[in-house]
Amino acid sequence: MPATDTTAPADTQARQRWMSVLAKAPADRLAALWSDLGDSPDWSYLRRPETGMIMLRGRAGGSGQRFNLGEMTMTRCSVRLPDGRVGHGYVAGRRQDHATTAALVDALMQDEAARPALEAAIIEPLTLEADAKRAIAARKAAATKVDFFTMVRGE
Amino acid sequence: MYVAVKGGERAIDNSRLLLAEERRGDPAVPELTLAQIDQQLSLAVDRVMTEGSLYDRELAALAVKQAQGDLIEAIFLLRAYRTTLPRFGYAEPLETAAMHLRRRISATYKDLPGGQVLGPTFDYTLRLLDFDLAENGATPEAEMAEEPLAGAMPRVADILGHGGLIEPETPQDDRPVGDVTRDPMTFPADRDARLQALARGDEGFLLSLGYSTQRGYGKNHPFAGEIRLGEVAVEFVPEELGFPIEIGEITITECQMINQFQGSTTEPAKFTRGYGLTFGHCERKAMAMALVDRSLRAQELGEEPKAPAQDQEFVLYHADNVEASGFTQHLKLPHYVDFQAELVMVRRMRETAANNATPGDDFEEAAD
Repeated sequence: MPATDTTAPADTQARQRWMSVLAKAPADRLAALWSDLGDSPDWSYLRRPETGMIMLRGRAGGSGQRFNLGEMTMTRCSVRLPDGRVGHGYVAGRRQDHATTAALVDALMQDEAARPALEAAIIEPLTLEADAKRAIAARKAAATKVDFFTMVRGE
Repeated sequence: MYVAVKGGERAIDNSRLLLAEERRGDPAVPELTLAQIDQQLSLAVDRVMTEGSLYDRELAALAVKQAQGDLIEAIFLLRAYRTTLPRFGYAEPLETAAMHLRRRISATYKDLPGGQVLGPTFDYTLRLLDFDLAENGATPEAEMAEEPLAGAMPRVADILGHGGLIEPETPQDDRPVGDVTRDPMTFPADRDARLQALARGDEGFLLSLGYSTQRGYGKNHPFAGEIRLGEVAVEFVPEELGFPIEIGEITITECQMINQFQGSTTEPAKFTRGYGLTFGHCERKAMAMALVDRSLRAQELGEEPKAPAQDQEFVLYHADNVEASGFTQHLKLPHYVDFQAELVMVRRMRETAANNATPGDDFEEAAD
């Protein structure tokens, strides 16, 4: 996964991983898993969900000079828990509930005691589902890989 | 003479209503949903996102629906919408070498590492109308290999690069990135501004220009070094976090053209490059963009620009279909006063000519 900076501290890497899973999850699926969890903790907005854009960039030749490719819609939200922990949600698209839930889970996951339960209830199923979907696409693509063979031409 | 004209409000309102009715078509036919457009007209959505310069499948599908399938009109709608949103920042450059590939081909290496992966393509279709599609109901299923395709595959240009046979691309990350949506274009334009303008540019215009280079107007001997389609993560560094996070995943198409270069007195012969990158699956556009990117590099590579595709001002000032469409279609706006003025002037010129003519010239004033 390119975003995970392998030189970053372990807790940063862990957070990068769950934030990535939350952002890439289908919004409806995340909402369903979140509501299955039941009682929502007390929380308040630090920054209400807001939709805007980020400019996406490419590199000439894939590895050269940067250039602006075009924008993408993005929604962000920040929440605060009663104990002061802050969670951020940054998600592609315009679904404000997606950004809010991602921010809430991000805040809750920072409590190491609460983390395993959330990991099992939300992060793990989302990861497995994304992996399965990806594997199917990769197997379909693999079926279109060309096997060259050489025709032996005799005298 | 100046005549202020008002009126037509009711005609305009009724025209809008008529348009809405025409857009809907026969109410006995079920209405299209955005999900249907997204899923079944996905390449239209891809083009609208690329040239509309905004990645949002649902908004692009809405634009296609609202524009009755007129893609340039849909691109205009998406461009207009993007001006209403704030820009939160800039993503990290997309790491195309880490793409999850669904298609990857090279016309330069048969046995490239990772192999030739055809993916979904029109290339091997017979281009015969498929009347089975006229009937509803079929749900085709793709074959699945036992093993998934390898995750990341090296870019072909990077493989060739090792021998020094191809010009390297250097990151130059200390340079600011030009933005043609914020700063007016200046010439000669830097490659970042050119690539951005080409990425937003009209597919038809770039396709024809690319084709013109192949036919000899600014020839540069292209090979399709690599074309790849797949999904790539979008990374962003929020200020309050200070480290990159992935905020989603998008589909992109990348094309690396490899072009011959004769070499010069200071440089040995080597291959040069042209680059194309689009949102979604826009392969023809990515290829055309790569051809035109290379042709616009004529000057920096010491080639004498002679052909239209090598002329930066010509290409970059005319590639945007929203601008081109606007200026062409503004001719429909009332030009009554302009035309009145021209009419008076033409009459006066003819009168002057008639008065100066000698009686024997048999000149007649035809405008009366």
